[in-house]
Amino acid sequence: MKNVLKNALFGLTALACFASCHKHNPVTPEVFYDEADQMGRPAINTVFIKAPDKDKFNVTIPSVMAATFGSEMKSSLLGLNPGYTTNLLGLNADQFIGVLSTDVLNAATTGPTTFYDGTHVLTGRALADDVIDVELHLVFGGPDGSANPGLTSDHVDANDVPFLPEFPYLAQPH
Amino acid sequence: MVACAVLTVSGILYAADHMDAPAVKGQPTDITDLYVFQGKNTDNLVFVGNSQGLLAPSATGAASFNPNTLIQFKIDNDGDNAEDLVIQAIYKDGKVDFFGLTHPSFTGLRTKIEEGHFLGSVDVTPYGAGTPIVATGKDGIKFFAGPRDDPFFFDLDQFHKIVGGMATSFNNPGHDTFAGTNVLSIVVEVPKSLLHPQNGKINVWLTTSTAETTPKQS
Repeated sequence: MKNVLKNALFGLTALACFASCHKHNPVTPEVFYDEADQMGRPAINTVFIKAPDKDKFNVTIPSVMAATFGSEMKSSLLGLNPGYTTNLLGLNADQFIGVLSTDVLNAATTGPTTFYDGTHVLTGRALADDVIDVELHLVFGGPDGSANPGLTSDHVDANDVPFLPEFPYLAQPH
Repeated sequence: MVACAVLTVSGILYAADHMDAPAVKGQPTDITDLYVFQGKNTDNLVFVGNSQGLLAPSATGAASFNPNTLIQFKIDNDGDNAEDLVIQAIYKDGKVDFFGLTHPSFTGLRTKIEEGHFLGSVDVTPYGAGTPIVATGKDGIKFFAGPRDDPFFFDLDQFHKIVGGMATSFNNPGHDTFAGTNVLSIVVEVPKSLLHPQNGKINVWLTTSTAETTPKQS
């Protein structure tokens, strides 16, 4: 009975919609798309979000990420580096997580675009940027980058093949 | 096929965003990386969205974009971390169609294609092609879609050993876990003047979304 009612309602709704929408969109019905994955900066979900929340992180809009995941990410940071004080950017744990927990990639529309080149911080992400070493330094390196020297670089400093000088910039597939 | 490639290349799991979460692992929606950088023409900004990573060469020819997966660069140009502009890419019949650089009709997790804002399309470059197929659309925007070398590099295996308590430091030299693997790339080069940044900067995130199985009228 419930199903019969449901079907009848669905039919009515479809008819009503057909009548009102027909003239605007005669060919394709409007298809909606539901978010499945997202990323801003490299390795945020991977490193800072705990296993049970990884799917949830991918369907949380950036503007509410800090409130939703900030404390969990701080706990992950201190789990990775229990001795964390501040980092090369002078950020304490709360300030550092304050930056990371809204997972968007900042990009400058004037000047160099780089994840971090010693001068410019978070003005984009270029293909050759060693983003992992930057993140390892900020997590493990302490206030001057010299702490935990075995953990601040993975010693893979470049891609395995050169990039192209022009569009589409990425190298041919292997 | 993707699962095979993963096993072939290595048994590893997470990376930049490769296979970051259970629901997307092995799916056409699995993002690997986002890059945003100044183009060779410095009046332009380049957006790179990679997905379906860790493809062994033997698996790359069979990998393809999915007609039910919408790939979007979401752009905040006023600093509130909500999208003001989108660039949308979706595969159809051997091509990828691009829409956008407009304020989306629906922000957030449920969106639709901005069909009134068609930017252009590009044939997907087949695996094994000698040169990439590039197209230019509205306002001089450039497009590429197809398999590429994964530009990401990281000794992920050693990182896992460290996190798992099986090692206390990285090796020198390290070993690039992503060497020799491919991804499916979408590359779009856009004049900066179309982005309307309020303070000389934008915030960008890459999303993938799946078509609802029962199309609904709005």
